[in-house]
Amino acid sequence: MTVANIQVSETPLVLYTLRRADDALILGHRLSEWCGHAPMLEEDMALSNIALDLIGQARELYGYAAKAEGGDNDEDKLAYLRDVRQYRNLLLVEQPNGDFAQTLVRQFFYSAFADLYWRAMMNSRDTTLAAIAAKSEKESAYHLRHSSEWIIRLGDGTEESHARAQGAIDQLWAFTGEMFAVDDSERGLIDAGIAIDPATLRDRWMKTVASVVTEATLALPQNNWMQQGGRFGRHSEHLGHLLSELQSMQRTFPGQTW
Amino acid sequence: MATPNTPLWEVFIRSRNGLAHKHVGSLHASDATMALQAARDIYTRRGEGLSIWVVPSTAITASDPAEKGMMFEPAESKIYRHPTFYDVPEEVGHM
Repeated sequence: MTVANIQVSETPLVLYTLRRADDALILGHRLSEWCGHAPMLEEDMALSNIALDLIGQARELYGYAAKAEGGDNDEDKLAYLRDVRQYRNLLLVEQPNGDFAQTLVRQFFYSAFADLYWRAMMNSRDTTLAAIAAKSEKESAYHLRHSSEWIIRLGDGTEESHARAQGAIDQLWAFTGEMFAVDDSERGLIDAGIAIDPATLRDRWMKTVASVVTEATLALPQNNWMQQGGRFGRHSEHLGHLLSELQSMQRTFPGQTW
Repeated sequence: MATPNTPLWEVFIRSRNGLAHKHVGSLHASDATMALQAARDIYTRRGEGLSIWVVPSTAITASDPAEKGMMFEPAESKIYRHPTFYDVPEEVGHM
């Protein structure tokens, strides 16, 4: 690591946008790790397609965060020159790929939320966020369909695939509560009509998740204790390793382009 | 890479301004829904199509390449079946 971290002035709008950008980048990067390694060529392409959708969303959000901040930062600096504690993504999206079931359950939990979230954000009073939402909504709708179909087949498949899917649900469940959390900085944006209150999406999210999980002959954990911290830079041990790979080129050859 | 019990599907795409679905390739998927999703991900990434058909490869009955002579050669000598075989009189103009 030879390049210093940037500093970001996290006004409520900058922080809000950065959090969503980080979700998309980190999940997109995780999915890109499957490229060339997926269980079959068809899914290699499918996961890479989803990764590219998410990285596209991240780019637009970083661009807007940089504009809202109004300083010297740009999308590349925001992605490549912040350290772990400066990242604001959900803990869910940084969790390792694990096996195919873990990757798909993680995707399913997130996409079921993102689908509702972006559709609601199309009504944001912030025209840039509303435009990003209109583009992202179609992508997320497909990600949800893709992961739902897989959850159903993994759960209602073989003994082995059922056990792995159930294991993934049990393992990742505690990271789902963070998607619906709101802090003071977001409360102001919600009141101003710029952000939507994620708590209003919770019932519909639960309904979607429960219906797919039931069809898959799987079960949701009864445990409702939820892990949080990602939105404030308190991450699991996995994110640092991810960032060291994601950022290695820019840290070694600052400003390099091709 | 695909396991032997994952069936093969043939994929047909209708392009933006095309009238008919055209065969574009094949893929492995466990069932029709998954085949349709995989077809979308593999064959329409560059905006190639507006409609997809997937058909189980086993549903196709193919002609035997060994019977090529019997099947297709008899047509080769019947050049009068092509419209270009006939001279159109000048007075007819464009048909």
